[in-house]
Amino acid sequence: MVTGSDGKEHAELGKSPSPGLFREIRKALEGLWSLVVGLGVTGNQFYRPSVTVHYPRQTVDNLSTYRGPVELVPSDKDPGTSKCILCGMCVQTCPSGCIEIESHQEEEPDAPEAEGKAAAAGGEGAEGEKKAPPKKKKKIKVMDKYLLKFHLCSLCGQCVQVCPVSALRFSREVYLAGTSRSDFEFDLLARMRAQRRGGTGSNPGRGGSA
Amino acid sequence: MNVLGIHIAVELIQIVVAVVAFLAFIGVNVLVLVLMERKVAGRFQRRPGPYEVGPHGSLQTLADAVKMMAKELHTPRGADKVLFWAAPIVTFAPVVVSFMPLPFGPKYLTGWEVNLGVVLILAFSSLGVFGICLAGWSSNNKWSLIGAARAVAQSVAYEIPLLLSVLAIAFQVGSLNLTEITAGQGSWPWQWNVAVQPLAFFIFVVSMLGETNRAPFDLPEAESELTAGFHTEYSGMGFGLFFMAEYAAMVVVCSVGTVLFLGGWKGPVFDGPWWFLAKVYGLLFVMMWFRWTFPRVRFDQLLNINWKWLTPLALLNLLAVAFLVKVV
Repeated sequence: MVTGSDGKEHAELGKSPSPGLFREIRKALEGLWSLVVGLGVTGNQFYRPSVTVHYPRQTVDNLSTYRGPVELVPSDKDPGTSKCILCGMCVQTCPSGCIEIESHQEEEPDAPEAEGKAAAAGGEGAEGEKKAPPKKKKKIKVMDKYLLKFHLCSLCGQCVQVCPVSALRFSREVYLAGTSRSDFEFDLLARMRAQRRGGTGSNPGRGGSA
Repeated sequence: MNVLGIHIAVELIQIVVAVVAFLAFIGVNVLVLVLMERKVAGRFQRRPGPYEVGPHGSLQTLADAVKMMAKELHTPRGADKVLFWAAPIVTFAPVVVSFMPLPFGPKYLTGWEVNLGVVLILAFSSLGVFGICLAGWSSNNKWSLIGAARAVAQSVAYEIPLLLSVLAIAFQVGSLNLTEITAGQGSWPWQWNVAVQPLAFFIFVVSMLGETNRAPFDLPEAESELTAGFHTEYSGMGFGLFFMAEYAAMVVVCSVGTVLFLGGWKGPVFDGPWWFLAKVYGLLFVMMWFRWTFPRVRFDQLLNINWKWLTPLALLNLLAVAFLVKVV
């Protein structure tokens, strides 16, 4: 309505017929109409519901795709131990040098209930052959600590890719906060055990900064 | 002589009371408007806006105001101290005066009955530019100076179509008294002046955006180019006064638009000040809607819109109105 009267006024002005002026008027009216269309677009948004998640009171539910700091995968047979065979590929591959593994050697127990553990830890048998122990009993490596310096980690995921037995995976640890660098030095073995015990290992810092 | 003295005294007391009342009115309105602006901005972007302070963020601006008052008033090095601190006051004070002749409702809800209400408002609202100019000059800062220069060019330009569109209404009604202009309109929308003069209303709305430095004509403070334009260097309540002046000026121009074009306090079914406030806030919402829809224009575009379109249109409109009033 406004635009209509707008045009009429100018039609009166254009007594001297110059096509340039009419073209200008048409352009201006088209421009005005585009403004109205724009108002329509934003006005439409105004009446649609807000998409904000009110964070402390609500949380999102699509955390399954989140890639947090890596964690150890528990062994299928004995959830208290890791799938890790201590091959050291992850330590070598890590471009940031943020992984350290501490382990000790132990004689393989022949008790049948520990069979699973032995199979998991020394399944490849490569270590046993190298050592060539004089006794019949093989020596196996047992993990003491799996240290992840998360403050160095760039989350590239090469350790996860290179692991031959899929003993590493990304955690879904979203709530990670600390006030010093040492808060981000995790012992993943302790974390895994803590998670198994009570499921309280939600903060890896709690399990690891030993 | 004595009678005259009493008359003057009564008038003076009335004015003082009105000024104090309007200061309170401005304070409350600014608090509400800033919250409204942020909430409306949120709605347009489909987010909640301020939410944490008070229920649904309703106390956010109050908290901001307290923070602003508690802040240090810092004078930048090399600034002209007297002008620098005079500028916010020079910007804010005329806006308060502009509220005086507005008829908020029937009878007593007018601060000061003046025959030349429209002229008073236009005169004092253009004084605000003077404050902005001072602020930009005395800050000793390039952004401020550019902002001030833009503000002056823009306000001078947009005053003309604004005045011409207001004059068209004054011609039609035959008065510059805002109360009489309201009285000349009926309660229903088709009895308002906007139905008679839609073109004048359109020109008025566009130039009121330019006059109050609101988006898409917010070049004097253009955040992305001039940090904050003319008030870059101001802290605490120095900035606060500019802020209040801006929002109060918005209320003033929307009130003038309401009185001139939308029937003032007259409305369907129940006439009264509530209609006045509802219309003013309706117009303010439209201003916010514009702000969150339209991008800022370039400076040459800004002046082209004014000199090539609004001013000739307003002149033609005025001529047509004068012709019709005289002949018909």
